[in-house]
Amino acid sequence: MTDLASAPTKRTPLYDLHVALGARMVPFAGYDMPVQYPTGILTEHQWTRAEAGLFDVSHMGQCFLIGSDHETTARALEALIPADIVNLKPGQQRYSQFLTEDGGILDDIMVTRSALPEEDGTLMVVVNAGCKDQDFAHLAKHLPKTIKLILAPHRALLALQGPKAASVLARFAPEVATMPFMSALSTKIDGVPVHISRSGYSGEDGYEISIHEDKVRGLADRLLKESEVKPIGLGARDSLRLEAGLCLYGHELDLTTSPVEANIQWSIQKRRREEGGFPGFERIKRELTEGPKRKRVGIKPEGRAPAREGTEIHDAAGNKIGVVTSGGFGPTLNGPCAMGYVDTAHSAVGTRVSLIVRGTAMPAEITAMPFVPNRFYRG
Amino acid sequence: MGNTHYTKDHEYVRIDGDIATFGITDYAQSQLGDVVFVEVPKVGAHLKQGAEAAVVESVKAASEVYAPVSGEVIESNAALEGTPATVNEDPEGKGWFGKIKLSNKSELDALMSEADYKAYLSTL
Repeated sequence: MTDLASAPTKRTPLYDLHVALGARMVPFAGYDMPVQYPTGILTEHQWTRAEAGLFDVSHMGQCFLIGSDHETTARALEALIPADIVNLKPGQQRYSQFLTEDGGILDDIMVTRSALPEEDGTLMVVVNAGCKDQDFAHLAKHLPKTIKLILAPHRALLALQGPKAASVLARFAPEVATMPFMSALSTKIDGVPVHISRSGYSGEDGYEISIHEDKVRGLADRLLKESEVKPIGLGARDSLRLEAGLCLYGHELDLTTSPVEANIQWSIQKRRREEGGFPGFERIKRELTEGPKRKRVGIKPEGRAPAREGTEIHDAAGNKIGVVTSGGFGPTLNGPCAMGYVDTAHSAVGTRVSLIVRGTAMPAEITAMPFVPNRFYRG
Repeated sequence: MGNTHYTKDHEYVRIDGDIATFGITDYAQSQLGDVVFVEVPKVGAHLKQGAEAAVVESVKAASEVYAPVSGEVIESNAALEGTPATVNEDPEGKGWFGKIKLSNKSELDALMSEADYKAYLSTL
């Protein structure tokens, strides 16, 4: 992540809306973002699990890769990421990572193949706000000249997440009701072109809607008029993704962690594992065969005290075996939960560990993730 | 002089004879947001004014609570462990953290009165 602390704070096109809604604004990845609205993080979290939450994620980076045909563009991107993009179907989306030569993670990303036949050869890539400048530079440096890189700084991004998201959004675009998880389509809402994917970062069913920055306020206002929809800030976004067992760049993922260590090797499809052809293949192949030295795990503290990022994880004998990378209170779980890295020997579900919270060893257990079951729409 | 005093870190302390009941102010709870965990001071602990006395955690972060006065903890509000949201609902009433037997009453001179604290809040 780039340190943007000294740079002037940027605003998304919905800044005025957040302020009007009474949000508490905080700096995040160089942007002034709403961390919570007046009702607070717990209420926003529960609302998203029960109804539908609207998130402004316009700070994220959006870009398009355009080549002569799908295979040409897909192969160019595959040289930088370990996912199978060649075999993506039109309108299909995949999660992947930009990797370093030694298999560390530069950023985690979403890649979508355009659903439109006239856009064959176009991939849309969404990247993290804090990494976007270096991601775009990375793409510009490594993509062959035959692939055009088009940055989309004027596109805003909304996420509508929760069990009511589908019924709400279908009022504006009926075709979204039946689209499966990790698929995308282009349509119009009130005559405005939008690109909608069925994905998100909450563990709930939901959508991400890419729309021009001049039109996003109109759409946000329309969605917020629906009785099931409330605005949700970054605070609840973090507690939702933690309960869903999802990685956050700069916490679970960084330049030293590999996708195998991070336990996201499901995002490396069979063909890529066999053929390689992406940065860090040697390490990833070795870790897939021999197992990684350390592994990302879920951790459930026994008491009520949350274990925050940086908390040391010890084994029964008091040896340090790992560290917490994200930890807090899970509102749906109604208790603390955490993620972290531990030596693989201690990574089995059910392993008893200690968390060193303010100098005291607190009992905890390695647990399966997600902490709260995912509720994606599989069709 | 009223019997409630305030610190710049937004603790309050209410004096009744030589017993000081302390907690965090309404302003502090509103800044923290939803409180999900409280580690109250241990009965019998000897606290020093300005040293860590308790921990209050919101969904987002853990914050230290400092002892507004020195003395021995004679009672702590164990109910907060089960219902931490009481700190949000009634911070200066049922949401108290602990009771301290004052060891040095002159320490109160370093704290703010209610009027001074209100004036201080208006500068934040």
